[in-house]
Amino acid sequence: MKETIFNIGYDLITKEIPRGSRVLDLGCGDGELLAELKRKKRIEGFGIEISPESVGIALSKGVFACQADIDEGLSDYKDNSFDYVILNQTIQNTKRPEYVLREIMRIGTRVIISFPNFSHILIRMNLFFRGKMPKTKSLPYEWYDTPNIHMLSIKDFRTFCRQKGFSIEKEINFNTNINNSTSSKKILFPNLFAMYGLFVLKKD
Amino acid sequence: MKYLHTYSFAETTPFLLSCGKTLSNVNVAYETWGTLNTDKTNAILIFHAFTGSSHAARHYEKDTEGWWETYVGSGKAFDTDKYFIICANVLGSCYGSTGPSSLNPKTGKPYALNFPFITIRDMNSAIKNLTDHLQISRFLAVAGGSMGGMLALDWSIAYPNSTKSAIVLAASHSQPAQAIAFHQVGRQAILQDPSWKKGNYYGSEEIPRLGLSLARMIGHITYLSEKKMHEKFGRKLQDKAELSFGFDYEFQVESYLRYQGHKFVDRFDANSYLYLTRAIDYFDIRIDHGEGSLFSAFEKSKCDYLMLSYSTDWLYPPENMKQMANTLRGCGRRVVYLDIDTDNGHDSFLIDNQVMVAAVKNFLSQEIDTTENNV
Repeated sequence: MKETIFNIGYDLITKEIPRGSRVLDLGCGDGELLAELKRKKRIEGFGIEISPESVGIALSKGVFACQADIDEGLSDYKDNSFDYVILNQTIQNTKRPEYVLREIMRIGTRVIISFPNFSHILIRMNLFFRGKMPKTKSLPYEWYDTPNIHMLSIKDFRTFCRQKGFSIEKEINFNTNINNSTSSKKILFPNLFAMYGLFVLKKD
Repeated sequence: MKYLHTYSFAETTPFLLSCGKTLSNVNVAYETWGTLNTDKTNAILIFHAFTGSSHAARHYEKDTEGWWETYVGSGKAFDTDKYFIICANVLGSCYGSTGPSSLNPKTGKPYALNFPFITIRDMNSAIKNLTDHLQISRFLAVAGGSMGGMLALDWSIAYPNSTKSAIVLAASHSQPAQAIAFHQVGRQAILQDPSWKKGNYYGSEEIPRLGLSLARMIGHITYLSEKKMHEKFGRKLQDKAELSFGFDYEFQVESYLRYQGHKFVDRFDANSYLYLTRAIDYFDIRIDHGEGSLFSAFEKSKCDYLMLSYSTDWLYPPENMKQMANTLRGCGRRVVYLDIDTDNGHDSFLIDNQVMVAAVKNFLSQEIDTTENNV
């Protein structure tokens, strides 16, 4: 996976999380986000990651992660075990997004979920003019080797939350600069022009 | 300089065991490496596996090789320059701690089958007596593989305040049925050897060599993996080019097992084999600590965990370790769990593996860093 993918929205997520929170990062990769949150916000962080190599790298950064599949690794957590559960650029990789969402809303007080917006103008144009599965900076894979099996748009997610009864506390739509280190947020017609959506969901 | 020490206790008050019986004049043999720092925050307790001893590593260059030489030493995963390491021989064994081959103080003869049945819990109680005597009330980590991993699990739950972390390798929360089955076959090999003489073979020329070596051969199969055996031996013949149409040791794999069996008889006591396998069979932390529930058992622990399973371990399959890691996460413990991809089977935790070295090193430095912050 490309290095740049991992840093998407870190600045926004870091801003969102209060000091000293208990945080679970699902699909934590090499633990960079949790390490950053530990440094900047003194959080108590936990990670779940399917790649054993990444779990090893995370540990070298002082991040405690378990090798597990998100789709099956959540049921052991008690209700409200975490202040925040983060699902960053991962929902589109899960086999059962609705189940995962329900589980993380159960185990977390708040959920931060961020994903690439599939209805972004570049993706639409890619499909419309080239007639091919879109390949962009945020979606760099070929159709046959992509881990992204449940793509969605910002609008899709809003509808999903309304239908399933998840209450949205905050919505941030953003684009990133070339190395993803900073995110710009002021976007008109976000479902068309925002590369990513970020939602903070709160338990009622 | 003397490196093998013995601590004796239960001289006046007998040592009570899980089976209800008691032992008097208990010896615990142990060795140490490195130096304990002044605030006693760098002590690590290592537990050996079933047939191991307190000799985890060399103390000097020409010393005999230890059973965990790859992982214990200067600059190694368990870095003896940084940490103070203790390893004690378990109760029931035959390397200096009290076991069936020790002299019964009441009779002046070896215990043999008068030795009471012991459990993993009893082994830890004995070691706890030693560590209390050494005035180490809290370890940075307790660590072990296989039976050693079971001891680490039991320790973390039975003495929650006495360790900051536990490193559990190639272990299981309870002895699986298949593993009990293999143990039973091994024990039967010993029990049915005429030289075993109901355990009273001490001092005689004739010891249950056949039974014990057969038990070891069976055990050894469970420590390897099919893949490893295939890679190491395949169907190659030993010292010959053609089949001999006989029942003698003909394939390399057969000859290897025979060698393992022979080698073992010279270094291990048959009665210890019986008692220790039984102790492992009885192990179940769900029953011992959680009234049948893994969750309730782990809720009693307080420490961080590093858990490593090995993809080809069929004695204690990775699924079992994963279940423990998931349950511990549910209890709110900080857990690092990794399933290491290897062909080396159950024995993997003894064999050099860079993923394992890095995991142990990084885990321990994280633990010691956070200790210093707290003090």
